[in-house]
Amino acid sequence: MADTQSNELKVREKQEVTSPAEQTMPGLIFTPAVDIFETEKEITLLADIPGVKADDLTIDIRDNTLTLSADIAPVDSTDEVDILVECESGRYYRQFTLGELINQENIDAKLNDGVLRLSLPKVEKATPKKITVKTG
Amino acid sequence: MIYRRFFNVPTWRFRSPLEELYRMRQQMEQLLESAATPPQREAAGVLPLINLTEGKDNYYVRAELPGVKGDELDIQVTANNLAISGERKIAAEEEGARYHRKEREAGTFSRMIGLPGEVDTDKVEAKLENGILTIVISKAEIAKPKQITVK
Repeated sequence: MADTQSNELKVREKQEVTSPAEQTMPGLIFTPAVDIFETEKEITLLADIPGVKADDLTIDIRDNTLTLSADIAPVDSTDEVDILVECESGRYYRQFTLGELINQENIDAKLNDGVLRLSLPKVEKATPKKITVKTG
Repeated sequence: MIYRRFFNVPTWRFRSPLEELYRMRQQMEQLLESAATPPQREAAGVLPLINLTEGKDNYYVRAELPGVKGDELDIQVTANNLAISGERKIAAEEEGARYHRKEREAGTFSRMIGLPGEVDTDKVEAKLENGILTIVISKAEIAKPKQITVK
């Protein structure tokens, strides 16, 4: 079976954050899975954050540190009894250090089907000046 | 066992006290291991991971499926089984992109879940919101609890 369906998704435990700072709020915190790639113009970050509404997401850039944090709305299940719990939900938190200078005014963030797409355009560098040395 | 009964001898094998201690240690380890993992967290090891809850009239199935579109999902219900299958696609990015992290994965998944009781296959609703799939399955009339008043 495993050989024929090689592109079958494997189960991955949600990564729980080991305390970014001392917690004063109850609940679990998870590290979202991300893709980060870079082109000439920009750095793009994709993050899986299921259950997060656009209003509950905070993106913050400060001193070359990008911080993603997101709250999830609690599931309305007041009169429901758990039968099977395989994945727990909680907030998301992850920090990244940015190597390049980012043009903070043109940052674009989109949230679709629980996936965040964050475009961080690089600051346009001055075109490298070539200095020719004259002899004479 | 038969031999034992026939000859009325405990065992032919010689048992050293050390061996007995070793066996005890093994049993202790097994006990500790089973205590460390609460039974509720034991996942089936098949995607998607689900949470199943039961209300008065419905069963609720919730699963995290970020980046999956509704038309890429196939959900089927029989009297007491629920099948979820689909594919998660990640669009290829433009050429020349250099990856620093690649943790998100694409691929197929399929899963069959046995429901604890009979359900009404006509009354099933599924919605996909912010990457979370919620399926509400109505219990069959005979499985619903009936309030009985005492006269």
